[in-house]
Amino acid sequence: MEATVSQAPTTQSDSQRDLLVVKHLKKYFPVRGGLLKRVVAQVKAVDDISFTIRKGETFGLVGESGCGKTTAGRTILRLIEPTAGQVFFEGKDIAKAKAGEMKRLRRDMQIIFQDPYSSLDPRMVIGESIAEGLVAHGIGTAREREQTVLRVLRDVGLHPEHARRYPHEFSGGQRQRIGIARALALRPKFIVCDEPVSALDVSIQSQVLNILRSLQRQYGLTYMFVAHNLSVVEHISDRVGVMYLGKMMELADREEMYSNPLHPYTKALMSAIPIPDPNLKRERIILKGDVPSPLRPPPGCVFHTRCPIAQKGLCDKEIPAFRNVGQTREHWIACHLVGDKEGN
Amino acid sequence: METVDNILEIHNLKTYFFTEDGEVHAVDGVDLEVRRGETLGVVGESGCGKSVTFMSVLRLVGMPGRIVEGNVVFNGQSLLELPESEMVQIRGNKIAMIFQQPISSLNPVFKVGDQVAEVFETHQGLNHEQAVQRAVEMLAQVGIPDAKRRAESYPHEMSGGMAQRVMIAMGLAMTPELLIADEPTTALDVTIQAQILDLMRALKERIGMSIVFITHDLGVVAEMADHVAVMYAGQIVEYTDVGTIFREPKMPYTQGLLGSIPVLGVIKDELDSIPGTVPNLVDPPNACRFAPRCRARVEHGLTICEQAEPQLLPVGSTTHKVRCWLYHDCPSLNYVAPHSTGIAAEPRLEPSATPARA
Ligand SMILES: Nc1ncnc2c1ncn2[C@@H]1O[C@H](COP(=O)(O)OP(=O)(O)OP(=O)(O)O)[C@@H](O)[C@H]1O
Ligand code: SF4
Ligand SMILES: [Mg+2]
Repeated sequence: MEATVSQAPTTQSDSQRDLLVVKHLKKYFPVRGGLLKRVVAQVKAVDDISFTIRKGETFGLVGESGCGKTTAGRTILRLIEPTAGQVFFEGKDIAKAKAGEMKRLRRDMQIIFQDPYSSLDPRMVIGESIAEGLVAHGIGTAREREQTVLRVLRDVGLHPEHARRYPHEFSGGQRQRIGIARALALRPKFIVCDEPVSALDVSIQSQVLNILRSLQRQYGLTYMFVAHNLSVVEHISDRVGVMYLGKMMELADREEMYSNPLHPYTKALMSAIPIPDPNLKRERIILKGDVPSPLRPPPGCVFHTRCPIAQKGLCDKEIPAFRNVGQTREHWIACHLVGDKEGN
Repeated sequence: METVDNILEIHNLKTYFFTEDGEVHAVDGVDLEVRRGETLGVVGESGCGKSVTFMSVLRLVGMPGRIVEGNVVFNGQSLLELPESEMVQIRGNKIAMIFQQPISSLNPVFKVGDQVAEVFETHQGLNHEQAVQRAVEMLAQVGIPDAKRRAESYPHEMSGGMAQRVMIAMGLAMTPELLIADEPTTALDVTIQAQILDLMRALKERIGMSIVFITHDLGVVAEMADHVAVMYAGQIVEYTDVGTIFREPKMPYTQGLLGSIPVLGVIKDELDSIPGTVPNLVDPPNACRFAPRCRARVEHGLTICEQAEPQLLPVGSTTHKVRCWLYHDCPSLNYVAPHSTGIAAEPRLEPSATPARA
């Protein structure tokens, strides 16, 4: 098959393979000002992104601060209403789901937050916190719920007696495990992990990453893993998308993305990661300047103000299409100048 | 013995915080040296005492904290005994410090150009006009585009990367002999971090200053440091050159840390992990601080780790030092280390610690 140019990855979607299909998702936040608090501008936090997440995989979404990755995750779960676009979960359009269906979907789709400190209610013992979702959904008897709490505590490497303790009695890493246990209690199919290890000490991060991976195997979970750390995302993900200023710049499977990045932004990003090997000499691409404000994203390609290869008259004028340039495997990029042949 | 020219030496430094919960041993017997013209990387996890160590060097630790013991020698001069007036001179002219949160370290009500200019006024006696002129040059030198206009900005109008450049400009305005950079890039995005690291390397070459680079990122250490000190729970647990620390780490904590971070381009099914959590520093026991989390201790069946504190001593080469009972003997407890280097430690012993019978 010929590479399909200028179409969203979703056109190849396959209901057997895909759990989640995101089409042309947009989230603009209004900025109000003046005496009348009128909308004076829009922050284009997520600006027309499309991708699919396959059953049982980890889809990593990376980018620097403010690129829209967290908003993307929350909009997909409808914790934030999208401005435009569609999200299909198991083929069903989430926006059109009726109340009952939506309740079911809420069980299937869970989230783990970045900050293990603020995401737990300090007045509840953690057993209650974990069972909260079960109670809300009216699942099981009190006794069955208790069994579930004990099971998920064990799943994340905590002890039964922890159920009776309060959040302040736990370290950051333990609280993050509690966050995972909470998400697991409802037996979801899909979990958005929003920077789940970035608030943790280095020596604790790997404990949590290992737990996430073993639970995925055990329960056949699908993850969307949102993070700014490219090394962590490489470790955990099967497929990876790179965002910049609200746009998806590149998307490919892990190996392809990390061994053959095509987009000039991805290349610069990867070359900027300090690697713990003092003998490794790499060519570093230093980008000029700062990330522009999402209030006034540059015209044309949003990256052109920092791009080392931008072409005047093209990149600053026209928005590049997000297109699949891979021949044997998918490899999507949004760039006018690279990627017409694989390996370019 | 090889003589090394150290710009800074820290001997047995102890800084405690006297809190309601007890004595927090934030810095508990730190020994370190910074060689002239080199960059010393100091790594360790949150709360291990990196910042307090170097705040102590500059005597900037406030209540309820106090330096309770130790010595800090800068260019042969002992800093802890200096009158405060001379210490002000050192902080202003010889040792500069830049902090993790650039925006909050700048004064919000003054234009950044004026803040840099003030350094020139106070330390080089320039008049205001000259100082502003030099400040703009300095801002341009640290890579701030359109520096003349930018000098008119207030800190909140700048991005984190820009504010950090201003901090660096201020630090360098006095051409210090030693720059202490405390997590200068931790709050920044990686592409901006790359710009700042590049800048620091270039400036070090040009000015020839020595640097202490504090970070929790082992990648940054590999890139910036000549020597590395690993800190854990208020103590230095390993010290050596940057090549050795990554090639042949000896202390179980260093080994665990290196195995537990995902490395770009290296795919592992599972990461190593260090069990347990970082200890709190209130009234620590006379024992290895890492003992509760140490697998090597269990594998070798060592009991000494919980009876006596290991000391930072050489292993093999004289410049590789480790604080761990795997490598040092303890004659007073009749203990011979499994990987003995033939070097003996003489730890402080509790009265109850009876020597194992020979
Ligand atoms: N004012 C204070 N009162 C009580 N304890 C303090 C105070 N300041 C620091 N500490 C304690 O001293 C210890 C060392 O803190 P320090 O800030 O040096 O750590 P750090 O290694 O710089 O950590 P980070 O990586 O988070 O910057 C910590 O346990 C901290 O809680
Ligand atoms: S002294 Fe003992 S407990 Fe401490 S690191 Fe060495 S082997 Fe482990
Ligand atoms: Mg610190």
